[in-house]
Amino acid sequence: MIDQLYQEIILDHYKHPHGKGLRAPFGGEAHHVNPTCGDEVTFRVAVDGVTLKDISYDGVGCSISQASASVLYELLQGRTVEEAAPVQEAFVALMQSRGQIEPDEEVLGDGVAFAGVARYPARVKCALLPWMAFKDAAARAGVGVSPEVKTA
Amino acid sequence: MTFDVARVRADFPILSREVNGHPLVYLDSANTSQKPRQVLDAMRAHQEQYNGNVSRSVHTLGTESTTAYEDARAKIAAFIGAPSPDEVVFTKNSTEAINLVAYTSADFLKLGPGDEIVVSEMEHHSNLVPWQLLCQRTGATLRWFGVTDEGRLDESSLGELVNERTKLVSIVHMSNILGTINDPARIIARAHEVGALVMLDCSQSVPHLPLDVVELGADFIAFTGHKMLGPTGIGVLWGRAALLEAMPPFLAGGSTIETVTMGGTTFAPPPARFEGGTPPITEAIGLGAAVDYLTALGMENIHRHEQEITAYALKALADVPGLRVFGPGTPEGRGGTVSFEVEGVHPHDVGQILDDLGVEVRVGHHCARPVCARFGVPAMTRASFYLYTTTDEIDALARGLEQVRKVFA
Repeated sequence: MIDQLYQEIILDHYKHPHGKGLRAPFGGEAHHVNPTCGDEVTFRVAVDGVTLKDISYDGVGCSISQASASVLYELLQGRTVEEAAPVQEAFVALMQSRGQIEPDEEVLGDGVAFAGVARYPARVKCALLPWMAFKDAAARAGVGVSPEVKTA
Repeated sequence: MTFDVARVRADFPILSREVNGHPLVYLDSANTSQKPRQVLDAMRAHQEQYNGNVSRSVHTLGTESTTAYEDARAKIAAFIGAPSPDEVVFTKNSTEAINLVAYTSADFLKLGPGDEIVVSEMEHHSNLVPWQLLCQRTGATLRWFGVTDEGRLDESSLGELVNERTKLVSIVHMSNILGTINDPARIIARAHEVGALVMLDCSQSVPHLPLDVVELGADFIAFTGHKMLGPTGIGVLWGRAALLEAMPPFLAGGSTIETVTMGGTTFAPPPARFEGGTPPITEAIGLGAAVDYLTALGMENIHRHEQEITAYALKALADVPGLRVFGPGTPEGRGGTVSFEVEGVHPHDVGQILDDLGVEVRVGHHCARPVCARFGVPAMTRASFYLYTTTDEIDALARGLEQVRKVFA
């Protein structure tokens, strides 16, 4: 069961994160923390017309939260706001599914590796932390691209 | 007498369960302890046989219930060497006990700008945040002792830090994250020299060490039932009788009063003055049973057992490559709470893999974020021991940490 949580894809993203490091210019920034464990992440979003031109981030945290940030970057960097919305919806739905949803690799790419995380309620927050920070940063950059994220 | 850990374990039903297909290895007693059958039985007997409200009934059940509740208070007073049971105030937990003093002290210490409250960088948030809020409300200044690289209280500036402006010092007796046992003698002497009061957060010490409040010399101590084999929902504030007498009520209500008219109220003497509303009666009786259990085994024996386990654990952890222990590296002046990091692996991941092997540890900032910041880490992994911990369980922890290193190699 633990192997489903720590899939190779997740460990790879954790050890070799994609797109990590804060970059300028950006239109919006958001810093989110998980108060129970001290994980932190900052996201920046630069928008060019309808395109998410640059998504940059930095943070400290567990493998799940850091890999999730890397996967988010992979999935949404350079996409249009319209393309990003269903990806976000699919990821959030997967995380809230308690393992009952079969993820669509066409939509979620490496994000399908997080299907195992949904079975660990204590870790769902870790996986969603970057997505919440991104959502806020995007909103501050002037775009609303995501569904409501509920972690309670 | 030798300490028979197998016999102790037989009293704790939960210790025979499995977690994720492995025997439970419970190393999170600093978070909450497990409960022996004797405590569970005492609580059940109260509910099944003599449940009634306390201090307000003339009927038999109410009288029996009141007797048991007050007996529990007397047992706890004896357990900590309090001169009188009236110095033992039941609260919900340590946090409420600390808040009781923090809230009422604005009044009875007449705090204002220019006054100082002193805490330390080693505090649990519950012995830090109430004092921050008190200072915000009153204009008093919050100051603190630092922590040395070895995880001990830095008392080098004691004479300056505790001075004639200091009104109250509140310090942790045993750190919930570093395991450090502070010797508060010098701080108490200095505080009393300048006329300041001293409160000790004994949440981690009362469950594990023989403790006598008269010898200790502090003015207040706080501790909680669920970390010492008792249930949740019951904690204790001990205070010197003369101080409790001088303090106003905190959470006022039924039981706290002497006479009430529409025009005003006079208040009952302590401890009733501070126990507004129906108290956690069953929980108090459970805590009394926990104190009986600990007393029968002997706190000296329990402490010695934990010292042996701690020495064994520190040695076992030193053999794990890439592992760094925070806090004192030897059992001297420390208790059985050991926090550490595994190089390159976040504590959340350490805790998850250990749990998969049935080993339950705590991960995170342990409600002591300033300590994590002091040591430059966002979080720590913590293993904490108690009277039922065995060397086999330490071996299971060490094996689990090997597995952690394998997964994240």
